[in-house]
Amino acid sequence: MRNPQLDKNGGLQHLLTIDGLPRDVLTAILDTAAPFTEVAEREVKKLPLLRGKSVFNLFFESSTRTRTTFEIAAKRLSADVINLNISTSSTSKGETLLDTVDNLCAMQADMFVVRHAASGAPFLIAQHLAAMGLDHIHVINAGDGRHAHPTQGLLDMYTIRHYKKNFGNLVVAVVGDVLHSRVARSQIHALTTLGVPEVRVIGPKTLIPTEVEKLGVRVFHDMRAGLKDVDVVMMLRLQNERMQGALLPSPQEFFKYYGLTADKLECARPDAIVMHPGPMNRGVEIDSAVADGPHAVILPQVTFGIAVRMAVMSMLAGA
Amino acid sequence: MKIHIKNGRLVDPANGIDAQQDVYIAAGRIAAVAAAPEGFVANRVIDAAGLVVCPGLIDLSARLREPGFEYKATLESEMAAAAAGGVTSLACPPDTDPPLDEPGLVEMLKHRARHPNFAHVYPVGALTLGLAGERLTEMAELHEAGCIAFGQANMPVVDTQVLMRALQYAATFDYPVWLQAQDPFLGKDGVAHDGEVATRLGLSGMPVSAETIAIATILQLARDTGVRVHLTRISSAAALEMIAAARSSGIAVTCDVSINHLHLSDQDIGYFNPHAHLVPPLRAGRDRDALRRGLADGTINALCSDHTPVDDDAKQVPFSEAEPGATGLELLLPLTLKWAAEMRLPLGTALARITTDSARILGLPAGTLTVGAAADVCVFDPHGSLRVTRDKLKSQGKNTPFLGMELPGRVRYTLLDGHVAYESRP
Repeated sequence: MRNPQLDKNGGLQHLLTIDGLPRDVLTAILDTAAPFTEVAEREVKKLPLLRGKSVFNLFFESSTRTRTTFEIAAKRLSADVINLNISTSSTSKGETLLDTVDNLCAMQADMFVVRHAASGAPFLIAQHLAAMGLDHIHVINAGDGRHAHPTQGLLDMYTIRHYKKNFGNLVVAVVGDVLHSRVARSQIHALTTLGVPEVRVIGPKTLIPTEVEKLGVRVFHDMRAGLKDVDVVMMLRLQNERMQGALLPSPQEFFKYYGLTADKLECARPDAIVMHPGPMNRGVEIDSAVADGPHAVILPQVTFGIAVRMAVMSMLAGA
Repeated sequence: MKIHIKNGRLVDPANGIDAQQDVYIAAGRIAAVAAAPEGFVANRVIDAAGLVVCPGLIDLSARLREPGFEYKATLESEMAAAAAGGVTSLACPPDTDPPLDEPGLVEMLKHRARHPNFAHVYPVGALTLGLAGERLTEMAELHEAGCIAFGQANMPVVDTQVLMRALQYAATFDYPVWLQAQDPFLGKDGVAHDGEVATRLGLSGMPVSAETIAIATILQLARDTGVRVHLTRISSAAALEMIAAARSSGIAVTCDVSINHLHLSDQDIGYFNPHAHLVPPLRAGRDRDALRRGLADGTINALCSDHTPVDDDAKQVPFSEAEPGATGLELLLPLTLKWAAEMRLPLGTALARITTDSARILGLPAGTLTVGAAADVCVFDPHGSLRVTRDKLKSQGKNTPFLGMELPGRVRYTLLDGHVAYESRP
């Protein structure tokens, strides 16, 4: 079974997940992103690399930040961007996912940026395009269910490399709701592929997925022990709806044991950086004093995210 | 109609025969084996040189999709698939629309099935009305209409008091009850085995305990009520151990496994292949290996296809939203042969699991070529092969995780009550 996101020559055809991508592909994306950070500082923030291309932002699940950063990235590359918020349009009229895709293909789409609530939805689209012989159309996964959010994983790696220079001597902890997090899965695959020697996940047993250690991580249920001597703390968002089931008793208890406070952060190395994919729940998974404190690199993550998405789009388009 | 099947290798597990012997058929029954009856003049001679002659296969779980789901499959299409697969008897679960919960529906199904007449159809009646798990069906009436057992298909009875009453009532008349073990709460959201693959793909996991907890409940109630219980389509090594232990403590319990779970594991989900979305979910490799051994040593009594034709539209959606199930009638024999070859089992032992052993669970004197038995016969080429493609499958459902594979064995003739229901060229 060929990895559906690689073409016959091992090049990147789609970006669907970091799982299974070779290290040199990840490094190439980060290297390509580096010069794009400078574009933002120019007076004219434009490059002609995607001129004449149509990028469709296909969002079956609502999102503000991710959609906006993809839109900015595509526009800085001079692409035409069409935003489709489908959770409120065609599927409510009964159109299937692939019918929607077929229609957009007929509108000469060149690239789909897809967010969907079901794990694997971008794979379904990529497989459908392959079956239709539409190899010139590329798919970027902007988050599918609990499965993957590869551009988030990549921008996180860019941020880590920016502050820590290399991956080979780091201890990184991913903290919170790993079970439901596509971000956590993409981070874990990226970190292990790039050679981080110790990746930890921290959370209560209800939020740690079965056999997660087989992805190459160490599991901690005690946050202080898990944060001991780490170089990077990657916090995850805890969605409010998780509080309604039997997963957690209350936001207060979660914050007490798994919320990142200045006090708990003292267990980490003095030069540790703190990351969060946003949007943050202050006082639930992270204390404001930490979110706004000297260790936080949360806003640079957002800035780097645009450059990383520009890199992915330009590489897929062969520009 | 008199048929003489000559020069074939006769494999009849019920009688312990595996030898080159001819079979003589008259008036829809086996007239003689080995030596011709006196004065026998055949209307048709089938030369089975190089072929295996065995009892027609008996499939313990095949959905024909009628009534109610004719857009997925019809009796005509699926009975043609049965004949092409060498299957002459099949039990169909009650999850039609409406479910098989009243005698009129069962009579209609039996009547409709007689018209294409490619296979004997044995409906499993609904244990509760609408499979809703609340009120008992008229089991005695349903039995008279033709139901050979009662079950819930894939719909667990949530209320254990209702389950106990249903088992007591079935036990009153000594009707067997067939149940697929799945805890309604632990099994609620899961679409894949709760393990590394589900974690990696971000799919909701269904733990093995969803099966074992349900089995524990069923076995306890079987002990208390004395009902004959058959656990359909078990999926885990842990389930197998519980069943073996229960049997040695005297509980009358039998079980079967599907062809999918005999050959595949959760790894076969690959990149979200919706054809690998099944109920119960494909489990870990060690579970599959235990099931393969359990079927070989007889702890698992029979093998079924769990034939579930699904239309393309219901599969061309993301994995978790895809309707579970796989087509299987035409793959039952090839996948039995594949398992037998990989486990180095005698052909007779392997074929027993889809003939005489499944007949015993159905409670029918079928699955054998004993003189006097109905002439339901499968003649296949053990050296031939089947390449599983959409075009080749007669079933209206083209959904199977084995699509694209080359599987051993090729059915050449299927005889039902002494008539040729299917034949293919060499």
